[in-house]
Order: sequence, then structure tokens, then C-alpha cells
Amino acid sequence: MPQIRFYAEHCKGCGLCVLVCPCQNIRISEDLNEHGHPFAVLVDPARCTYCAMCGRMCPDMAIEIFDGKNGSKENSGGAAK
Amino acid sequence: MEFRRPKTLKNVLTHYCPGCGHGIVHRLVAEVIDELGIRERTIGTAPVGCAVLLYDYMNCDIIECAHGRPPAVATGIKRVLPDRIVFTYQGDGDLAAIGAAETIHAANRGENITVIFVNNAIYGMTGGQMAPTTLMGQWSTTTPAGRGKLGEGGPIKVCEMLSALDGPCYLERVAVSTPKDVLRAKKAIRKAFENQIAGKGFSLVEVLSMCPTDWKLSPKEAVDFVNEKMKTVFPLGVFKDR
Repeated sequence: MPQIRFYAEHCKGCGLCVLVCPCQNIRISEDLNEHGHPFAVLVDPARCTYCAMCGRMCPDMAIEIFDGKNGSKENSGGAAK
Repeated sequence: MEFRRPKTLKNVLTHYCPGCGHGIVHRLVAEVIDELGIRERTIGTAPVGCAVLLYDYMNCDIIECAHGRPPAVATGIKRVLPDRIVFTYQGDGDLAAIGAAETIHAANRGENITVIFVNNAIYGMTGGQMAPTTLMGQWSTTTPAGRGKLGEGGPIKVCEMLSALDGPCYLERVAVSTPKDVLRAKKAIRKAFENQIAGKGFSLVEVLSMCPTDWKLSPKEAVDFVNEKMKTVFPLGVFKDR
């Protein structure tokens, strides 16, 4: 089963992912991350089709999709340290 | 399907504004370098402009050049180290204004390099002054009444201009304002790198990109500006392919 991850600490809240999501399944949070930006969150994981349009439009690599094979679930390093 | 950070893109937060297209273009270049397996022998040349910190973001060799000179520096690197893959990453102020001569002559010589030209129709880093590619009537801090009212001339269309030369082998204009455009842009960037690997000569990909901060628009409005205004002035397509 694929998994989608949103890295709040990488997100600048531009909302380009919200614009392009064909399922209207992404929203911008009311909270702020450590850099003071609002961030994108998935509304309902069950409705996600893993099309990756959000990730392709994301200028900040704040969205990653793992296919769940080969134990690739661990974070490849999308999060800023 | 998997969608993960390419190895050529360092795991750091960029300094770009929310909604800026540079991050998308950085990722596309990094993905292409990964897919072609050329990271160990790629040398990039960075511009002066918003992308000046490219060396902080790309996990390959990057040289920071004097303003507008990446094609000249890339020419030198490629001629001394012909087995390396050399690309330039430039904005409109760097490539079409102060570096116009270097661009035209590198293209005319048919240097075997890849040029990634990010066109956002304004000077981003310095605070939104008119660029050579600013649209007619477009507001900027140096054209408060809109470009064209005081004899600024019209936008320079780089792909059209270079297509008149015999030197370039591949010229294409793409955008990063929709997912479809992003996929096309990646295909064009990949082809530009493949041309260099095949030794075909000068390849340039012009990428229409968003600058919400200096256009004084929201990220969504900036995407609409690219789709509705910029694409009519700068039509997408292949201008040369041989």
C-alpha cells in the first residue's frame, strides 16, 4: 500500500498542491510550522489516489510518496534538520 | 508509484519565497541528473539572481559565476573537461540582460552545453525591477505605469531570437505552472542533457516560472498570470530541434 507524507517543516504554505489535487483532498493548516509558515495537510488519507500531482507542483519537496515495497517506508530525508 | 526527493537535491530548506517556481525547476534538473546517472561528472554553473545559492541545494559540483557569465564559464569547463556534463542555470536578468552577449555567442558557437533559463518576467532578487522579459503593460518598481509607456521596448523572446542562429541544436520553451507543464518541462530538460551526452551541441530550455512576491500576487494568482498572460506572449513549444 503506498503512503503519502507531508513534511510540515519543509512546507511554505503556498497552496499549489491544494490547487492541483484532483480529489480536493489537501488543505492549508491554521497552525504555523517552526519557520512561521502555514503548512499543507492531507484531509482524508483514504481518498488519496497517490497520483503525485501535489508533489510534482510542490516547489519545496514537502510531499513524498512511498510505494510501500522494499521496505522503503522510512523517511528518505524530506524533512529539514 | 514512488515520488521521492532526488539524490541530487540536497535535503535543505530553500530560501525561495512561497509559490516560487525555482524549487520545481531545481527538482526537475536533479531528477534528470539522477535518471541519467551523471551526478558524479556533472558541473553546474550558477547565476547571479534568486538562484545564486544553487550550490547549497544541488548535490553536484557547482561554480558560481560573475553576473551573466555562466555560458562563458561553462564553455571553458566543457572545453577543458569534455567528458563532464556542464549545465548553466540562469534567470532572465542573468541570461537575457547582462549576459545576453555571452548567451548569443555561446549559442552561435554551438557549444556543447545545456542551458536552463528560468523566465519569470521580473528581477526577483533585487526587488521587482523590470527585466528584459517583462510583459508590455506589466507593473514593476521601475515601470510603475506599466512597461512600454516610456520607451522601454517590448519583451525579449530568447528562444525566437536564438532560433535564427545556426549554432543551437535544441531550443524549447516550457512552463511549470500546471502538473502537465511540469511533466513536459522535465522531458525537455532531459532531452537537453541527452543532447549534450550525445555531443550534439547547444541546448536551451526556457522555463516560464512564477514570482508571486515581486508580481505582488498570491501563489494562485501567479499561476494564473503564467497561464493566461505569459503563455500568450511567450508561446510554449519547440523552436529548434536537430
